[in-house]
Amino acid sequence: MREETERNARSKASIEQRVAATKEALIDAGRITQADLDQFASMAEDWRPENGAKVVARAWTDPDFRARLLEDATSACAEMGYAGPQGEYIVALENTPDRHNVIVCTQCSCTAWPVLGLPPDWYKSPAYRARVVREPRKVLREMGLWLSDEVAIRVWETSAETRYMVIPLRPEGARSLNEDALANLVSREALIGVALAAPPAIQSPDNVGITSHSF
Amino acid sequence: MDGIHDLGGTQGFGHIDVEADEPVFHHPWQRTSFALMMATQIILRSHNADEYRHAIERMDPAHYLLCDYYERVLTGTVSLLVEKGYLSREDVERRAGGVFELAGPVSDRPLADLTPQPEARFNLGDRVRVLNISPSGHIRAPKFCRGHEGTVIHRAPKFRFPDTSAHDGERRKEHTYHVEFKSKDLWSDRDAANDSVIVDLWDSYLEFAL
Ligand SMILES: [Fe+2]
Repeated sequence: MREETERNARSKASIEQRVAATKEALIDAGRITQADLDQFASMAEDWRPENGAKVVARAWTDPDFRARLLEDATSACAEMGYAGPQGEYIVALENTPDRHNVIVCTQCSCTAWPVLGLPPDWYKSPAYRARVVREPRKVLREMGLWLSDEVAIRVWETSAETRYMVIPLRPEGARSLNEDALANLVSREALIGVALAAPPAIQSPDNVGITSHSF
Repeated sequence: MDGIHDLGGTQGFGHIDVEADEPVFHHPWQRTSFALMMATQIILRSHNADEYRHAIERMDPAHYLLCDYYERVLTGTVSLLVEKGYLSREDVERRAGGVFELAGPVSDRPLADLTPQPEARFNLGDRVRVLNISPSGHIRAPKFCRGHEGTVIHRAPKFRFPDTSAHDGERRKEHTYHVEFKSKDLWSDRDAANDSVIVDLWDSYLEFAL
């Protein structure tokens, strides 16, 4: 108790100081090396939502690949070079005109790192984790995605080891685009299910992947 | 543990802000925190992913809610390194130049009494109920689905059972199932009748609904 009281009387170390202290203590003790840390930090930079976007674009253009992706997404993603930690068992969820899928991890913040990347701040926020399971339609509307009441929403809670990715509907007006151009229509938000794949007309460097409207 | 981390369905939270072109990390310390989390689990092997998740769950609730995700990552990691003797709190506080907040202790009796289920008991279409259990240790069945009935729509492979794994208990693997719950069965205030929530649940957490 006295130890706690004394601790409360002292000032808290900043997060920068705490991270640096932990790193120094582990390296000084020979537990890990700077090279170990660099290895994992650079892995994180390679896990990008652009990877998942390329998977979606291929599914839109190659019916055999789409079938493989729906049957065994782990293998289909690995076929394109996307595998690794938090990608050990991936399940792809295909949106249809009457069913929309959205992903959450209410208890921590899991995503399929190799295809979605590390989770963005909004996905990790207590507000998203608390609300989207209970009022998905309202949350999606606030985020700019209006779905008709006829569209059933399926919210997928990442409570175990399955890691999900959403295959959004291919936008109308994108029929003539090739695979690379189609991948540019798919944002991280679309892969999680809080946005649609953006039609080519509203794509600009300023609004890519922020909001997609469907009335 | 019925802790602050189990947020699904909690009311009172506000708007969700999406940042355009969000970088992987906003600050260098976040990158280091992530790398420390990975290196301790994969190279040092001081603890496993289930112990790590539970250490974050044991954080002070106010600290948990107010801090950045990568501060939770660091706090969970360092709490375990101190508890297991890899680091001393005095040393990291001296190096940091101030108080280093850590997670609270593990419960004396963290586990629910669940029968191991090495063989898959459930099939597609089965109606199941999540056991109404509230262990004070690690569990991955969110509160909002406990005691509720749903339908098995997918059987996943066997995965390490998180409850015992987080508490140095028996190493066992069980299938998980994607169980679909009608949203209106989970919350009476729902407007959309045809929406659903799918939760990925270990075999031990479930029983047949009659
Ligand atoms: Fe998670």
